[in-house]
Amino acid sequence: MACFPFAVAAWILACGLYGLVTSRDLIRTIICLIVVQSSTYVMLVAVGYVTGGIAPYFSDVAGHPKTVDPVVQALALTDVVVEAAVTALLASFAIQAHKRFGTLDPHDLAEFKG
Amino acid sequence: MPALFPLVVVVPLLTAAALLAARPLLARRRALLDLVAVAAAASVAVMLGFLLAAAIRHDSVYWFAGFRPAGGVALGIDFVADPFACGLALVGAVLMTAAMVFSWRYFERVGSYFHALMLVFLAGLTGFCLAGDVFDLFVWFELMGVAAYALTAYRPEERGPIQGALTFAITNSVGAYFTLTGIALIYGRTGALNMAQIARSLDGRPPGGLVVVAFLFIITGLLVKAAVVPFHFWLADAHAVAPTPVCVLFSGVMVELGLYGIARVYWSVFGAAIGQRGAISDVFLFLGALTAITGALFCLRERHLKRLLAFSTISHAGMFLAGFGLLTPLGLAGAALYVAGHAMVKAALFLCAGITLHRLHSVNETWLHGRGRRLPVTGAVFTLAALGLAGLPPFATFLGKGWIEDSAGPGWLDVMFTLCSMLAAGAVLRVAGGVFYGLGDPPAEDPQMAAEANEEEGETESGRRRTPLTMIVPPAVLVAGGLALGCLALVPRVGAAFEAAALRFEDQAAYGALVLGGPAPPGHPAPGVPYPPAAADVTLTSVVIALITVAGALAVAGAALYWRRLPLLRRGRGPGAGLTVVIRRFQSGVVNDYITWLVLGLAALGGVLTVIISRHP
Amino acid sequence: MTPGQRRWLFLVGVAGLVAFLGWGIAGLPAFGSYPGPYGPAITARVVQQTNATGVVSAINFEYRGFDTVGEEFILVAAVAGMSVVLRRLRGERADAARDDPSDLDPSATDPSGGRRRVPVTSGAVRMAALALTGPTVLAGWWLATHAQTSPSGGFQGGVLLATAFFLVYLSGEFIAFRRLSPVDVVDAAEAIGAGGFAAVGVAALPLGLPYLDNYLPLGSPGSPGAVTSSGTIAVISLLVGVAVAAAFIQLIGEFLEQTLLIQRRPPARGH
Repeated sequence: MACFPFAVAAWILACGLYGLVTSRDLIRTIICLIVVQSSTYVMLVAVGYVTGGIAPYFSDVAGHPKTVDPVVQALALTDVVVEAAVTALLASFAIQAHKRFGTLDPHDLAEFKG
Repeated sequence: MPALFPLVVVVPLLTAAALLAARPLLARRRALLDLVAVAAAASVAVMLGFLLAAAIRHDSVYWFAGFRPAGGVALGIDFVADPFACGLALVGAVLMTAAMVFSWRYFERVGSYFHALMLVFLAGLTGFCLAGDVFDLFVWFELMGVAAYALTAYRPEERGPIQGALTFAITNSVGAYFTLTGIALIYGRTGALNMAQIARSLDGRPPGGLVVVAFLFIITGLLVKAAVVPFHFWLADAHAVAPTPVCVLFSGVMVELGLYGIARVYWSVFGAAIGQRGAISDVFLFLGALTAITGALFCLRERHLKRLLAFSTISHAGMFLAGFGLLTPLGLAGAALYVAGHAMVKAALFLCAGITLHRLHSVNETWLHGRGRRLPVTGAVFTLAALGLAGLPPFATFLGKGWIEDSAGPGWLDVMFTLCSMLAAGAVLRVAGGVFYGLGDPPAEDPQMAAEANEEEGETESGRRRTPLTMIVPPAVLVAGGLALGCLALVPRVGAAFEAAALRFEDQAAYGALVLGGPAPPGHPAPGVPYPPAAADVTLTSVVIALITVAGALAVAGAALYWRRLPLLRRGRGPGAGLTVVIRRFQSGVVNDYITWLVLGLAALGGVLTVIISRHP
Repeated sequence: MTPGQRRWLFLVGVAGLVAFLGWGIAGLPAFGSYPGPYGPAITARVVQQTNATGVVSAINFEYRGFDTVGEEFILVAAVAGMSVVLRRLRGERADAARDDPSDLDPSATDPSGGRRRVPVTSGAVRMAALALTGPTVLAGWWLATHAQTSPSGGFQGGVLLATAFFLVYLSGEFIAFRRLSPVDVVDAAEAIGAGGFAAVGVAALPLGLPYLDNYLPLGSPGSPGAVTSSGTIAVISLLVGVAVAAAFIQLIGEFLEQTLLIQRRPPARGH
């Protein structure tokens, strides 16, 4: 069990990639990209876990108790914002693609390669 | 002086924010908008010039928010200025300034978004070059990426840009998430994000699987950005459709930034821990050669002007990778000079293609054949830049390539370099001869390629009568800059400074001492102080090879233009006709295919690295 | 490549990739035994150095604040890119002109003859949305201003503040939403939020301090955890909140505009 959460991250990564490769719809492609990125959240938060550690907030605890790693949580927060930004941008591309091509299938888009 | 470190990133960001906030006010004041944007880009270039001048004498570190490392643990984020980091950022800022001048009153429809996105791109670029922290590197990489995706889709009324931007964004994002996974892995092991601290933490331990996996994953995003085969498919789709000023940055620096990132991560973080320098060098050389050859072949059969230049960039990226992949100081110095020289001439070529599009409303080589005679100045600049691309002495490309060949010694690398330069530069020279001088016959029309090239509408709306000075001056200045840089590097002291910088770049222990403090390791100069100059100079052999290459490129161009008149080939289908079918199959434009190649390439590289590490425990 | 070929190639590749990644994961310390030193080094110093008790916020806005500057501008770039991509284009202007009068005038007759209609919002949804708007604004404001003491901060607060605007949309209509959040104003707010963050950092430079140095008073050292206790952290968090809220209002506003106005569909009307 010592590396179960890391294996979960690898599994999510593989699933997301499978979805990207087999996708026939850009919206699905974008969602699969989010899945791939989700594996990085799991990976980040998992590597910083400390057994028995509390959340890294000292408002109501005295002294320096053992906490989980706050750095990976900060990184994950940054990561989430990056994901929101990239997803929104891709979604706007997909809207335009649908207007220009009348389809969201990546195979059909390829025929109009610029 | 230290204040320049944050300012090179923050000045373009603040300007971008101001332009966006004042968007309604600027809608009618286009000249002001252009002026502010050009001034911001130029001021970044000046500041980077100062940083570069200081870094040549002495490397330095800047700690944000004043958190200096405590007990060897980096608490905050640092920027590290060394000559190559500052130099590459400077090249980027110069190209950005040129692109901004070129696009003076270029787009007439949308307000300040274009300028703001370009400046954000510039900030990402400088931040990426100077970052001394792997996660910070990732953040600026993503910032540059997001701005680049948006800029690619700048003309959403056409089909190509949307398809290109989607392919670009999806493949590069997948690459970036691999990078992030690699960062998480190395953080889990070392508990550090600072490059020097990670390197120290790995020091002295045997290279386990984790180190190798983290290294390969971190460089995956960079390999995609650097368009290394088989991670390169997105590039031609995106470069062909992005607005011309944006292409200048994509081809001139963005691809090279990917390679810089690989070199930085290898030398500052993982190099010593992985070891096996010979085998790792072979892997880089193989990837470089594969990329250079693939790019050159694709380039030769292309008729879409911007796409042709994009493939030539892929070919050159392979050569840069091979130069760095020698893992020698001279190879790295050569690659750095080659990158700078290439950036100048490639940017000039793209800008000339932009002028062609502006004046003649096409980028289709077949259609343009002979029609470029109306643009004699543009033709002259284009031809000169194409010769520079071929490595004509004394362009900086000549000396850069010469140093790499000197470092490699005679062998297959020489042959590969000569051949690829001949093919890629030959294709560009063919365009110069055919389009601007009307030599030979128009190339045969490939219906699909013609359709792609004709899809490209003009990017500008008015003023097609003559070429504005703001359009022709930047490429001319850039070509002159490429020449001047080459002449400058011929001065023995300058050449020696390049090699000294490369020695510093490759000295991981000294990097650690500079960033985290502590004494310089024995046998190394004090932290930050340059190495004693070494002798990097011009050999007669390299001049001869360069001249042969240029002659070969001219021959390739001539053969392509006149092949129908050659007696033996008269009945053939033309050079590269059979290749087209194969290439179509790979360069399919389906993003699912590109992801498949990415995964396969990564798995193959992983397999190779596994064998290398486990064979020599 | 046919989809079948691609699938097989991919499966071969991903099997190798996962095996390779597994080799790397095997080298990680066991789950739950993160060794440091980065995290512990910060938790040991954070209260003394910044007077903040929310460590994650202290890292985001102070120790690694420069990352966050970049991240804010990722959001800015994405929103600007979206505005570029979704702008009304030459071909669409004609459609918009045909649609616009009825869209902008709620009293006009519904022109949807057989075209797709947006379902009418139920009274329950409108009531709930209206009732939730106030508390949502309050919660968003609280989160954005209490970064230094609690698991909150500008991102969380900003997203909640943006949600309040969508509650207005739910309770009323798109026009009301747009009237409350005019494009230019929201754009400016976003740029000012993100630019303000970068500028707060610059303000340290004339004082001879490093970029983003916490130059504001940290309050009394004995009482960490108050709103005003950690200098620039609170200011930055609030600016981030403004930028994030504006960015999300703009993002969703653009998407709503695409579906409700530009594509020749009848506007969403609650009556």
